[in-house]
Amino acid sequence: MSKIRKLSGWGNYPIQNVKLQQPASQKAMLEKLSISNAETYISRGLGRSYGDTALNENGNVLLQTGFNHFLEFNQADGVLTVEAGVSLKEILDVSIPRGFFLPVTPGTKFITIGGALANDVHGKNHHVDGTIAEHVLSFQLATGTGEVLQCSREENHEVFWATIGGIGLTGILLNVTLRLIPITSRYIEADFTKVKNLDEAFEEFAKDDEGYQYSVAWIDCLAAGENLGKSVLIRGNHSQAPTSLDLKSTLKLAVPFNFPSFTLNRYTVKAFNEVYYAKHSNKTKTLVDFDSFFYPLDSISHWNRLYGKKGFLQYQVAFPMDTSRDGLIEVLTKLSETGTASFLAVLKKFGKQNDALLSFPFEGYTLALDIPAGNARVLQTVKELEQIALKYGGRIYTAKDAIADAETFATMYPRLNEFKAIQRNLDPNGIFSSSMGRRLGIIGGHS
Amino acid sequence: MKTILVIGATSGIGEKVVHELAEKNHHLLIAGRDMDKLHRIAKDVDIRFQVKATPISFEALAFDTHEEFWKTCASIAPDIQGVVFCVGYLGDQTVAQDDFAEASNIIDTNYKSAVSILNIIANEFEQRKHGFICAISSVAGDRGRQSNYMYGSSKGALTIYLQGLRNRLASSNVNVLTVKPGFVNTKMTAGLLDDSPLVSEPEQIAKIIVKGIKRKRNVIYTPLFWCAIMLIIKLIPEPIFKKMKL
Repeated sequence: MSKIRKLSGWGNYPIQNVKLQQPASQKAMLEKLSISNAETYISRGLGRSYGDTALNENGNVLLQTGFNHFLEFNQADGVLTVEAGVSLKEILDVSIPRGFFLPVTPGTKFITIGGALANDVHGKNHHVDGTIAEHVLSFQLATGTGEVLQCSREENHEVFWATIGGIGLTGILLNVTLRLIPITSRYIEADFTKVKNLDEAFEEFAKDDEGYQYSVAWIDCLAAGENLGKSVLIRGNHSQAPTSLDLKSTLKLAVPFNFPSFTLNRYTVKAFNEVYYAKHSNKTKTLVDFDSFFYPLDSISHWNRLYGKKGFLQYQVAFPMDTSRDGLIEVLTKLSETGTASFLAVLKKFGKQNDALLSFPFEGYTLALDIPAGNARVLQTVKELEQIALKYGGRIYTAKDAIADAETFATMYPRLNEFKAIQRNLDPNGIFSSSMGRRLGIIGGHS
Repeated sequence: MKTILVIGATSGIGEKVVHELAEKNHHLLIAGRDMDKLHRIAKDVDIRFQVKATPISFEALAFDTHEEFWKTCASIAPDIQGVVFCVGYLGDQTVAQDDFAEASNIIDTNYKSAVSILNIIANEFEQRKHGFICAISSVAGDRGRQSNYMYGSSKGALTIYLQGLRNRLASSNVNVLTVKPGFVNTKMTAGLLDDSPLVSEPEQIAKIIVKGIKRKRNVIYTPLFWCAIMLIIKLIPEPIFKKMKL
């Protein structure tokens, strides 16, 4: 059953008409896909991609969240097989009490494992552990011909590397097998380091980053001049002390910061940034619960609504190592000049790139921030930020993007043509399509 | 821990009821039509909660198999503590207006199947003088509306059946719980509900149901605000109500 309804990604921009469907079973879904008609489909998990990754304007959106069964869990080696609609939260609920943690997690646990693969997500540990791809052993993919392919590094390896990061355009993920990492505590031993500007941040990252499994910097985008890049580095490792794995017991810990809920404009954000920076002192070996360390915003449900009805844009850029400094200075200068208020901006050093054809991270630095949408000037600013990315050989991240064009995307992702060839092979009748896929020229048209 | 039977365990609410009961360490018999999905749920519950759930095939519309079904349940778990009946079919109101087969399917699934299996279970519970029966009805059964009175009338009949059953079994120490959910975001309603504040998640409904069972409640609206909404809807005089577009 379905009707046309309005739907958006997490950024509430753009909002489009789609036919939203929740198939009763994976089998029923496969049968639906095998009917040849002019319909197009994109799968959708928990809708945390910011832009139009999981939208299909006037087409079908297939909700996968009902397919959330655990299929196998080997507690000896942490190998877990789940249906693709299982969320990271559900995995953590099961794995932490048994001494395992996600090998890679982005800043929210409210995403599905299918979405995690489709966007080849990274976390605070990319510099040592890579993206989620590095920890995926295999998965099953339903292709556009109705075939179900078992994919791994050995079997159908081309499909494996096209599907991871392939934003759902190679088919529908049915189940995923990945290896979790062992932990002895649900706490992170964190160090907080304040730095005055970008160069100091770089220095810290260069000096110490390998000593931390998790490393990220919160950055004040409104700071300018000699304070450009003023940040707090937040870095840590899983606590080795056998403290507690029990999710029900709560150790009373100081939460680093509670996010306020006020109207966001350059003045309130500036005030927030001042307080955030001032509140942090250089602290070492602070025990922080995994929830507040990895998912500070998850405690505010629908924090995206803070940006109001017009929604917001996310901009995440990665620069190669050698142009990172210049690129970031230009981006930060632009943001500070235009007074573009970003509530939460994050700077991180990336490790090596993997073999996934459309994977975002490569060695260098990445900056992620939110920009309230709503007026033409903001769109213009984001377009200009994209151009800065291009100028320094950088790229932007599909999971965050809502406005880039096909030409820009093709320049940023040099393996796009390899992807297209494999995609067309898997989906000769073009039943998989998304608003993002069409906008970025990943599907449709010939090149 | 005693065993609880969940019929319609593959439904949106049914599966979450299974989770909620498993978390409280109940052994479970999970019944439904889709055996493949029941096996998946059983494995899933085993991994998540380390609780054993046994799948059993249940054909709601094959009334003459219900006696045999109950015997199978009883042979697996001789002392079933209670049953949660979650079978339901929304159907298509406009189709059902023209096509009796659809209307009949709605009535048979929502009402006749419940009567058929719950009669059998009630007789046994009455005899042994303990147990509980919980069934999911709907706020739609509180008053007929043009947009869904086929579904509504079948649920209304179920509500009255449960009311009578409660009255009969009260003296036998058997509690009967009628659950009346409002709008719930499940595959039954996929794409039909917008992001309205009236829409609940099945997890939330399941929590309320399990609490209601424990507290031996009679009738619960889930969430509670539906009690107020339905009170108002029921109070509107018929001459006015019949002209409303509901």
